[in-house]
Amino acid sequence: MKRVVFWGTRGSLPVALTSRDIREKITAALSAANGKSFKTQGTLDAFVDTLPFAVTGTFGGNSSCVEIVRDAPDHFICDMGSGARPLGQAKIARYGVPNPQTYHLFISHLHWDHLMGFPYFAPMYIPGNRIIIHGCHQQLEEAVRMQMRSPNFPVDYSQAGARIEFDLMTPGKAHFISGVNVTPKLQLHVGDSYGYRFESIDRTVVYSTDSEHRLEDLESQKAFVNFFAKADLVIFDAMYSLAEAVSVKADWGHSSNVVGVELCQLAQARRLALFHHEPVHDDKQLSRLLAESRRLELITRGENAPLEVISAYDGLTIEL
Amino acid sequence: MNLPTREQSGVLIVSVSGRIDHLASEEFTQAIEPILQQCKNGNRPVLLDFSAVEYISSAGLRVLMMASRRAKAEKGVFAIASLQPLVQEVFAISRFNLIMPCYVSIDAACKVLGS
Repeated sequence: MKRVVFWGTRGSLPVALTSRDIREKITAALSAANGKSFKTQGTLDAFVDTLPFAVTGTFGGNSSCVEIVRDAPDHFICDMGSGARPLGQAKIARYGVPNPQTYHLFISHLHWDHLMGFPYFAPMYIPGNRIIIHGCHQQLEEAVRMQMRSPNFPVDYSQAGARIEFDLMTPGKAHFISGVNVTPKLQLHVGDSYGYRFESIDRTVVYSTDSEHRLEDLESQKAFVNFFAKADLVIFDAMYSLAEAVSVKADWGHSSNVVGVELCQLAQARRLALFHHEPVHDDKQLSRLLAESRRLELITRGENAPLEVISAYDGLTIEL
Repeated sequence: MNLPTREQSGVLIVSVSGRIDHLASEEFTQAIEPILQQCKNGNRPVLLDFSAVEYISSAGLRVLMMASRRAKAEKGVFAIASLQPLVQEVFAISRFNLIMPCYVSIDAACKVLGS
């Protein structure tokens, strides 16, 4: 496994920047420029690079969709949130048509925000493509078909040009798929969700979203520490603050940056990506959460090796 | 876990010390139980003196939240004071400072909670 590309990082519901958000960013950039003039594109770019991410960029608004890029022709994708639309377009642009490809889709669970991008995933309409949808829910195929059934969507599932197969995986068991050992793990979420641990010969990536962690359950904590053990990257549901996750939003099926840092430290993971961002959080709030998470990692690190903490955003590419 | 107590201005002050990590949180839960039984309407307010707490994990924070919730249900008063700077940061990052009454010092807490 070479790299991970985040196509959708938002939790629960896709969001978009508003005109007011854009105006605020422009205002902040111009205020920071404070009358400076830029004689060349280089000096302008250098100035822009000094500005905070919340001014120059955005975490984006597509719902969960993450690609794991490998040195192999088959494509590995976690979840089919709305980020699957730009991902599908990028694949068509890259490989053209006809140029049959094989896509392995790993579905964490069947809630809408994790499936809604599938009808917009262009490769599914291209004859010659093969799409294998992996998951652990008995109703996996029905859920995928149902969202493309009238009146939910104008194009029926039967119009798919690609060959679509379903693979029901067994939680807790390693499945050897296209050169990668993939182990699903049952997680606490309404209707169940599954995390996936991907292990190649030299790299390990864990995708663990829509997962609540009961802090009093030491057995469960131990199981997650094993699941995350020494991973190069853990993609983690950090939707709420810890206080929210254990109080007003207990049983909502999500976790926090604090628990993500703790579990990754115990698991001696190398890198943590905060993921499944709360839709009401704007770029400034998400940037602040990242800074706080890094600070927490630093002050609780002790003698352990540093854990790199990042916050995933739509379009982010991480070299493993 | 030993939780020595004393009284100041009508407030029951409970000294907590060390690291309250995932393993210690179970012990902390048991140690705080007899104190919580007294944290009721009409009884002395309970104030945890955190000046000797070096670290608290999410599981430790959860114990505090459960204690606070229980005290509230019994109409008792439960608060924390004198957090070390790093523990204070953990409270802020986890947003526990928004759901738990925290005071800068024992004296400051006693002024508000005491008789």
